[in-house]
Amino acid sequence: MSDRGVLVPRRREVRTVVLIPAADLRPARRERPGFLWAAPAAVFFTIFGIVPIAVVLYLSFTTWNGLGTPEWAGLTNWRALPDDADALHSIRVTAQLTLFCWLIQTPLSLLLGVWAAGPQRNRAILSTLFFLPLLLSTAAIALTWLSLLDPNFGLAASLGSYVGVADGNFLGDDSRALYAVAAVISWQFVPFHTLLYQAAARQIPASMYEVAEIDGARTIRQFISITLPQLRNTIIASSVLVVVGSLTYFESILLLTNGGPGTATRVLPLHMYVKGFVGFDMGYASVLAVLLVAVGTTLSVLIVRSTGYHRMNSDREGM
Amino acid sequence: MSLLVTTSLVAAGGCGTAGPGGSRDKIQVWALQDPQNEPVIEAGLGLFNQSSPVTAELVTYVNDAYKQKLHVSMGSPNAPDVFFNWGGGNLAEFVNANQVVDLSHALAARPDVRDAFLPSVLAVGRISNGQYGLPMNGIQPVVLFYHKGVFDKAGLQPPKTWADLLSLVEEFKSRKITPIALPGSQGWTELMYLEYLLDRIGGPDRFSAIAAQRSGAWRDPSVLRALQMCQELAERGAFGTNFASINYDNTGASKLFATGKAAMFLMGSWEYTSQLSNNPEFVKRGDLAWTTFPTVDGGLGDAANVVGNPANYFSISASSPHVRDATTLLIETLSSEEYVEDLVNSGQVPAVAGVEAKLAGTPNAEFATFTYEMVAKAPSFTQSWDQALSPAVGTEMLTNLQKLFLSKITPEEFVTAMEKVSS
Repeated sequence: MSDRGVLVPRRREVRTVVLIPAADLRPARRERPGFLWAAPAAVFFTIFGIVPIAVVLYLSFTTWNGLGTPEWAGLTNWRALPDDADALHSIRVTAQLTLFCWLIQTPLSLLLGVWAAGPQRNRAILSTLFFLPLLLSTAAIALTWLSLLDPNFGLAASLGSYVGVADGNFLGDDSRALYAVAAVISWQFVPFHTLLYQAAARQIPASMYEVAEIDGARTIRQFISITLPQLRNTIIASSVLVVVGSLTYFESILLLTNGGPGTATRVLPLHMYVKGFVGFDMGYASVLAVLLVAVGTTLSVLIVRSTGYHRMNSDREGM
Repeated sequence: MSLLVTTSLVAAGGCGTAGPGGSRDKIQVWALQDPQNEPVIEAGLGLFNQSSPVTAELVTYVNDAYKQKLHVSMGSPNAPDVFFNWGGGNLAEFVNANQVVDLSHALAARPDVRDAFLPSVLAVGRISNGQYGLPMNGIQPVVLFYHKGVFDKAGLQPPKTWADLLSLVEEFKSRKITPIALPGSQGWTELMYLEYLLDRIGGPDRFSAIAAQRSGAWRDPSVLRALQMCQELAERGAFGTNFASINYDNTGASKLFATGKAAMFLMGSWEYTSQLSNNPEFVKRGDLAWTTFPTVDGGLGDAANVVGNPANYFSISASSPHVRDATTLLIETLSSEEYVEDLVNSGQVPAVAGVEAKLAGTPNAEFATFTYEMVAKAPSFTQSWDQALSPAVGTEMLTNLQKLFLSKITPEEFVTAMEKVSS
């Protein structure tokens, strides 16, 4: 154990440390980098982040079909929101899809990532294969799966009966379509999260496992007591990506089911697209867009706050 | 407003191309990427360019993105001079925003051009007494295709009445053949049944009332009956159990039909060309056969009425600096001998009167003549509803139609939902 931990307290714990000289309590006056350094990013963010959000907020109070000039409509669009059964339904679908995606992706990519971080033979070849979906475009993946899931000529036709779906009706059945969509999305994104976990698992010091080995801990015990706690921040980071990402899943669903059958897989972003770019009701679509921004921001803040991720606590204190 | 301009410029700039704004000295003609149609348009423009002071050039886009692209561009400095469209409700949106040139005067000066087009097809380019679009390609009525091999093997005849169709459904079900292929993952394929049934039951005026947004039009008893018949057909298993998983764009339904796993297929006339390129054997064997949609007993509609896409249209954007030349282009080209001949040779049936003789000489004369006669003799040609209605109502209708075919909602609920969006 090093003694640096005592002399230089982490800032959050300043109150608990009373023995050090008062001079050291003053927060060190570090030179902040000048605003100039942040200017490119700030300008970029303003043009592509803030301005569009402001425009969308303005549009949500107008009627506009994309042609001519938007006309001020006051709260009309916002009042229509509670009456839009499809919007409420799409929020529920979005939540379900997020949950399914998280439940499928997190355990799978965690296990795969930890495995891929190991020294086994064949590992390099197999993990390269696992990462292949990461290289394909979303549209290509969706169209490939659309053909695989064709109920008459795809894999769904020949393998469907083994999972109790003899007629291969995956995308057209409203109780199954969402699972099918979640599976396709997960197939695409598991490699990415695996990569995160692999990198994080490689960071865990080998000495921890050596100690555990001496203490007689077996593989499973080591996984639960060392690997999992050490991957805590990675789990949170990956979860934030899954959750916030699933608010923007759009093109896969558009191509696979177009939100159907009926509205069974119509997530909020797709609902927004349908209202805005198929129905050309830009005003109401902007209401949905504002809603989406609000939900996305709230969700990520909530996750980050509730998990303590923002404090960036180290799990390797003293190593 | 300046914010909007900024964002649309940013959006346009994001495409990475100079865009049409780069060459204002040319007439920009926008159309869909379509191997069948592009050479015809190119040839037409080439002919025009020989004598015109301003040359025209063709810019094409893929189908799915085109509607959005056009919508964003119209009213911006990047608007095309001449643009491809579907007529009806979609064109009306642009007309109502004063963005389309009325061609009535130009046509009045050239009655020969006006009279060259089939009236029922020309009518779809007419919005509130102005002629805003001229037909630029072939007619695409919806046709009931059937698999002759499957019918012959079962010793059955194609349906003439609705009752025939229902008994055929039972016959084919007992033979483990899907009676009708339906790519039900896309609502527009289901719409064809509703369109024909309403026309057969109540005549074309019922839909005219809906398109004109007359109050109570959706609640008409004929609409309700047509919806019930659609749902009944699906519930009887006419489309199999997995139709909502079948897709048209990846040729899932066409293959089902061509391989004889399904006996019938209600589809636009483009299905013929599609089968010819995807399953040439099926067509050459003579197994691809066709007939008109069955009649409905006691129905008021003329059995010769047709639904589908009358054609696609070219319109001129009001902001174009070349309105006069673009007008000349459309008037001189679209009904010209050469253009019509090129259309016929590309396998299309032009919306032009008196082309029977030309059609008879083509490789697919039998089907081309059938479609031409069907449309030329039809007292009324109802445009596909999703094109005729405003985009907002059209999308809502397709979603509800999917739910109706899957029995997730009743016909009454369909009507209530449509009344709500239409009001």
